[in-house]
Amino acid sequence: MQLNVDGTTHEVDVEDDMPLLWVLRDEIGVKGVKYGCGIAQCGACTVHLDGVAVRSCQTWAVDAVGAEVTTINGLGTPNAMHAVQEAWAEHQVAQCGYCQSGQIMQAASMLAAIPEPADEDIDAEMSGNLCRCGTYPQIRAAIVTAAAKLREG
Amino acid sequence: MGRIKTIARRTFLIGSAAVLGGVAFGAYLYKKPVANPLVDDLADGDAALTEYVRITADGVTLITPRADKGQGVYHVQAALIAEELDIDLDQVTVDPGPPSPAYYNTALSEEAPGFMPTDDRFAANATRTVMDAAMKIMGVQITGGSTTVADSWDKLRVAGAVARETLKAAAAQETGVAVANMQTERGAVILPDGRQLAYTDLAATAAGLDPVDNVTLKDPSKWRYIGKDMQRIDIVPKSTGTQTYGIDMELDGMVHATVITNPRKGGAMLSANTADAEGMRGVLKVVEVPNGMGVIADNTWRAFQAAQAITFEWGPAEYPAEQDDHWAVLAESFKKDHQDSQYRDDGDADSALSKGDVVTAEYRAPYLAHAPLEPLNATVLITDNRADVWTGTQVPRFAQDAVADITGLDKDDVHIHVLMMGGSFGHRLEIDVITQAAHLGLAMKNTPVKLTYSREEDMAHDYTRQIAMARMQGTVKDGQVEALDLGIAMPSVISSQMGRLGLSVPGPDAMITAGAWDQPFGIPNYRVTGYRSADLAPISSWRSVGASTNGFFHDSALDELIHAAGADPMDERIRLAWDDNSRAVLDEVAQLSGWDGPSIGANRGRGVAFCMSFGVPCAEVVEVTNTDRGIQIDKVFAVANVGRVVDPQNLSRLMSGGIIWALGHAISGEITHSDGMTDQLNYDGFEAMRLYQAPEITVKGLELGDHVRGIGEPPVPPAAPALANAIFAATGQRIREMPFNKHIDFV
Ligand code: FES
Ligand code: FES
Repeated sequence: MQLNVDGTTHEVDVEDDMPLLWVLRDEIGVKGVKYGCGIAQCGACTVHLDGVAVRSCQTWAVDAVGAEVTTINGLGTPNAMHAVQEAWAEHQVAQCGYCQSGQIMQAASMLAAIPEPADEDIDAEMSGNLCRCGTYPQIRAAIVTAAAKLREG
Repeated sequence: MGRIKTIARRTFLIGSAAVLGGVAFGAYLYKKPVANPLVDDLADGDAALTEYVRITADGVTLITPRADKGQGVYHVQAALIAEELDIDLDQVTVDPGPPSPAYYNTALSEEAPGFMPTDDRFAANATRTVMDAAMKIMGVQITGGSTTVADSWDKLRVAGAVARETLKAAAAQETGVAVANMQTERGAVILPDGRQLAYTDLAATAAGLDPVDNVTLKDPSKWRYIGKDMQRIDIVPKSTGTQTYGIDMELDGMVHATVITNPRKGGAMLSANTADAEGMRGVLKVVEVPNGMGVIADNTWRAFQAAQAITFEWGPAEYPAEQDDHWAVLAESFKKDHQDSQYRDDGDADSALSKGDVVTAEYRAPYLAHAPLEPLNATVLITDNRADVWTGTQVPRFAQDAVADITGLDKDDVHIHVLMMGGSFGHRLEIDVITQAAHLGLAMKNTPVKLTYSREEDMAHDYTRQIAMARMQGTVKDGQVEALDLGIAMPSVISSQMGRLGLSVPGPDAMITAGAWDQPFGIPNYRVTGYRSADLAPISSWRSVGASTNGFFHDSALDELIHAAGADPMDERIRLAWDDNSRAVLDEVAQLSGWDGPSIGANRGRGVAFCMSFGVPCAEVVEVTNTDRGIQIDKVFAVANVGRVVDPQNLSRLMSGGIIWALGHAISGEITHSDGMTDQLNYDGFEAMRLYQAPEITVKGLELGDHVRGIGEPPVPPAAPALANAIFAATGQRIREMPFNKHIDFV
């Protein structure tokens, strides 16, 4: 099947029900997408499907056919970071950093839908993303900064 | 800074060695240096030192021997060297270094049994020195116990200074300019006429000189990095998905694997039917590993699927099959013949307890998983004459030994490459995943194999935090705490953990009462007894180790007695504290939180708790509201004395993370066993804190005294008791068992 990932089309030979997570990591080599739980409990595997955050461990490969898949590696790069990534670096959010790809993808998707999120919006949208290092206060602060950056364009 | 120099002379010598294309600076340990891996292939074997700085024509490398599990220690260690070397962090490469006996971690031995970290008496110091020597012999390279900053503080700065002065001497030799007239800045020696000589160009000359070891460390007023917020060197990679963790390892021709081993931890595999698995798509090989099977495939998910298709017959575990029986073993252990230590026995507890009303209570703390978000993994490549292992580990030396054993290779031919870890909290002190990977690698010689645990396998085999129980009796008199007698029962975490590494540790296990016996309170009749229960499920160090349970027991007990005395929780702790720094920490947290008593309005309450662990006194105040949906944690204030704050921002991140960690587990974390197996196998059963529950946190680090301490663990022990004390203030309900959600609802 053909998958469009971060603007590039890849031909992959996988089972229909292989989770997109493992297609991305082991078949295409996109390593920014992380495995944490495999059962939609941690959010480390979050990517965008046509701009909307999904858990790639719960998305079958076949369901991503025809969609635009965006991963943390396609959202921005170290030399050209997305506003959310910039805010994350400014606030030094990451500790171990393992959850942060998913946190950033979830936040970017939320901000696209809710440009000025209230605290309750952040609670509701971000609580599915687990951070074992406890970076939640910094995540909240970085989202506020990112929202301002995005509004300024 | 005369004191630093004395230390430098007494316990380590900074030296230099010629290496291919340049010069390395580092520490000679004692008189007889331990062999240095970095110069093995390079020099004539003469230069045996622990390298911290390597300068060649190609660039400057700072070698940071302590592993980074997410706490930012790579940049802290690099900053300590760079501060003195006069180079900026954007000009250097940071390398965690290979495993080597030379990288021993002195600060761990400060937790020597029976001496408080605040105790500077001769006997205590003498014991620490003996422990230092023992750790050197064992070649301990362990990242744990919040020791990184303490261990690095002197050595890395002196190494940077020696390198700087030697480079100046090299510049003097090349130019004839007197050293006194030179400056150093951004990796270059600057001559009086403004000419700049890059360190990289001076390296070859410096290699031929005796190192200048008569150095003066910079005055704190001149520091560029220390004491200031630093940009972590890993922050951009970790914000862009470009940081490579162990699990992201990729090698040409690499294959993917997973294992399933007996979920009754340590039990044998009696039989396995692998027929279905072997026929599945992508499966290359099914291989036996100790107590289980491994599947090697062309994709991690296919390996997971095939492993699920194996049917097993498992043998029993050595520990009780059902959780209730674990508790029963602890309850039976409060007896003389289980007594392990009684480091605290002030006044006469028995006689004090024979008079008046005695307050009694029993406390419990469950097993807890480490469950770092990156599951355990290891990548190996084994050939006929060499093994390479890429993994995130806190104990590379032990991993090296184990892989040498399994492969039959010489230890020198086993190369451990330590990769960035997606959290550890103590999980990566264990090496099962590495030994299993070695078995798989042997079955696939010359092909790189990456072993990844499923989350379920990771949690089924987590060597958890100890389970523990405590019993308190106490009395009060004239509005003051008069007697506190605390007994703590748990299995020995040190013997469980060290036993798996093939080491036996004689004598009492200091962890059984750490965080309780060593608290700086002048209670007139004060006794803390440790009881070592029979071994139960295998256990391991979990962020703050013994203090993670004992800090809860000790401070909860103290709070109950203070309440019985009718005293103010803050005032009475301050009155009882005899250690100046501990009192300062309590004073400061009272200030910061605006403390004026436990009551802060209708349905609201606040609690304070204190614990000294790893030499760091830490006090926390928690504020809660009892809402109609349950307890909501509103705010936390925390103060700790670390002696020196190397990076204030990193300190506040680690403290805030440690508090969220501790509160989350106190609320809902628990690992239990049924039929010998772990009941909670994923985050749905072991949730910890989520963003919507995270309180507003205000922290402060004090810089009192001259010991430098790490802050990874000390914020953990006071958080649970401060929360329990706050819930008591808000509701009148005393919670004596973790997880608290067994007794009260949370928002
Ligand atoms: S790996 Fe997909 S939610 Fe955890
Ligand atoms: S930063 Fe470690 S899990 Fe979030």
